[in-house]
Amino acid sequence: MSKLGNIKDWVLRANTALNTYYNAPYRAAIARARRDEDDLFMLLVFSEMMGIPNPASWYTLELQPLLLERFHDWHVRMGMEKSPFDHISCC
Amino acid sequence: MNAIFLALFGLTVMFLGFFFYSRFIADKIYQLDPDFETPAHTMQDGVDYVPTNKFVLWGHHFTSVAGAAPIVGPAIAVIWGWLPALLWVAFGTVFFAGVHDMGAVWASVRNKAKSMGALSGDVVGKRARSLFMIVIFLVLLMVNAVFGVVIANLLINNPGSVVPVWGAIVVAMVIGQAIYRFKWNLPLVSLVGVVVLYMLIWTGPQVPIALPETTFGLSASATWILLLFAYAAVASLLPVWVLLQPRDYINGLQLFVGLGLLYIAVFVAGPTVVAPMINPDVPAGTPSLFPLLFVTIACGAISGFHGIVASGTTSKQLNREPDARLVGYGGALGEGTLALAAIIAASAGFATYGEWKEVYSSFGGGGLKAFVDGGGAILHAGTGISPEVSATMLTVMAALFAGTTMDTGLRLQRYIFQEWGEIYNLGWMKKAAPATFLSVGSCLALAFGAGGASGSGGLLIWPLFGTTNQLMAGLTLLVIAVMLVRRKTNAIFVIAPMAFILVIGLLALAIQIYTFFSQSKWFLCGLAIVVLVAGVLVTLECAAVLRKEKQAAAATG
Repeated sequence: MSKLGNIKDWVLRANTALNTYYNAPYRAAIARARRDEDDLFMLLVFSEMMGIPNPASWYTLELQPLLLERFHDWHVRMGMEKSPFDHISCC
Repeated sequence: MNAIFLALFGLTVMFLGFFFYSRFIADKIYQLDPDFETPAHTMQDGVDYVPTNKFVLWGHHFTSVAGAAPIVGPAIAVIWGWLPALLWVAFGTVFFAGVHDMGAVWASVRNKAKSMGALSGDVVGKRARSLFMIVIFLVLLMVNAVFGVVIANLLINNPGSVVPVWGAIVVAMVIGQAIYRFKWNLPLVSLVGVVVLYMLIWTGPQVPIALPETTFGLSASATWILLLFAYAAVASLLPVWVLLQPRDYINGLQLFVGLGLLYIAVFVAGPTVVAPMINPDVPAGTPSLFPLLFVTIACGAISGFHGIVASGTTSKQLNREPDARLVGYGGALGEGTLALAAIIAASAGFATYGEWKEVYSSFGGGGLKAFVDGGGAILHAGTGISPEVSATMLTVMAALFAGTTMDTGLRLQRYIFQEWGEIYNLGWMKKAAPATFLSVGSCLALAFGAGGASGSGGLLIWPLFGTTNQLMAGLTLLVIAVMLVRRKTNAIFVIAPMAFILVIGLLALAIQIYTFFSQSKWFLCGLAIVVLVAGVLVTLECAAVLRKEKQAAAATG
């Protein structure tokens, strides 16, 4: 590999290492905050089933199959062994 | 005696410990298994449980536990002479802290990465868990109070550091916006940020800021403490990317720069150690070396706080079990090198024995001031940076350190109040704002109650903090010991350190209660009695549980 290539490679790795060093300590806190927001969105998509009127229900209906796995992860995380809703039988 | 020998001795002992003793403990006692599937894999969720490269994890663990304690403790303890402090730091790191930190990671990893509090309930019993919760609350209370006082003292003793210390917060916030919002290139932003920070340190001494004698009837010390807690409260409530993340980042960067420069300066300048090896002439009112030395230096020799961090986040990210050796034991080593630097700065940074004696004219007299002034002198001798700028650099380093520990501690304490709100069904306590208010309030009460506001007696509580911290370490070692006994492994390497720190801790507490009582410091006396009760209960629990486990193991043996 040429000398320039070596230097470029080193710079790239140093850049990645520094970014890891910046993000690693709070990666989990930020991921958790993001997961909470995604959970909120998922519950909004399923809101019709919970009896909460949703003006965008026509569109959120389309998203339900995509979020089914997410819904399962959510109820397991909340400590519920089975799905709390009858209409959603994920397990 | 040249300081280089101190450095070489300490570093050699610690690295020999890593290469031989830690391998023995890892292979023969904890029996770290490379094929064991860690919770980072079995419970992987992309959020908390994520297998992480062991070097990244080591860095994260080390910067989480490193605070001002490994600097303050040794800097105070040098009053008894440099030799006792050096021996306790070097051998404590090898036989106590390393075993404890590595063990805490291992114990947690083997139990679904649960935190030490939950673990003590599962492995030992409900009583141990309750004791753990009480002790951890007391430790957090003291850590926050003591560090608030420590930073206030730093700002008062070095008015030139006020601008860089608070300026660092502004720099951190700008970096946070630049990275998270504008998505600028990190190395470039880091470079500019570090340059700006060091420029602030350079110019700080020329714009010294000293608060007036009294503000609204409060002393300068009291005003700084209030400002610091106000800052910590706000910092713990903001989104992490705004302030905490970039602030921790700069903290880490200048930890490496500062520590590196200090060690380079020691090896280049080779300063003479003017402090006595063992002080023959301790100032009146100084407690005796035994047992107070062992609780004055906690972090850097053995600290229970590390177990919280080890079982809190580190264990959830451990990729393979053998990594616990580098991350846990290696993290303890990092603390040890920081403590060693503090000892050298506080014993070799003065021109003459007379000058040293003047700084160490009373117990608690040295502390961070000795580290900053002494370390500053060594930096100046070894690198040519002016004494004021050197002292300012170390002050900023110590203040940022203490600040990070303070708002981590405050955040953890808020979680405890919120958990109590959950357990005792107090809806208002579950919310972030009231819980933060309670945390800040209780810590302020302690800071002012311990005499921090007068600016003179703030560090009286330091040995009490060390003792409580080690009580927590004792409980962690109990959990590890029980796990070992149940596996029919020789647990002496864990039980011996545990017995030592419990006995020393109880003795030290008895002495401190007597001292506070004879000085009519009722608040501190009461607090020390509370800790003593907790200590006695912890010791009884350890003895009872271990006896029961040994009998059970012998029965099934």
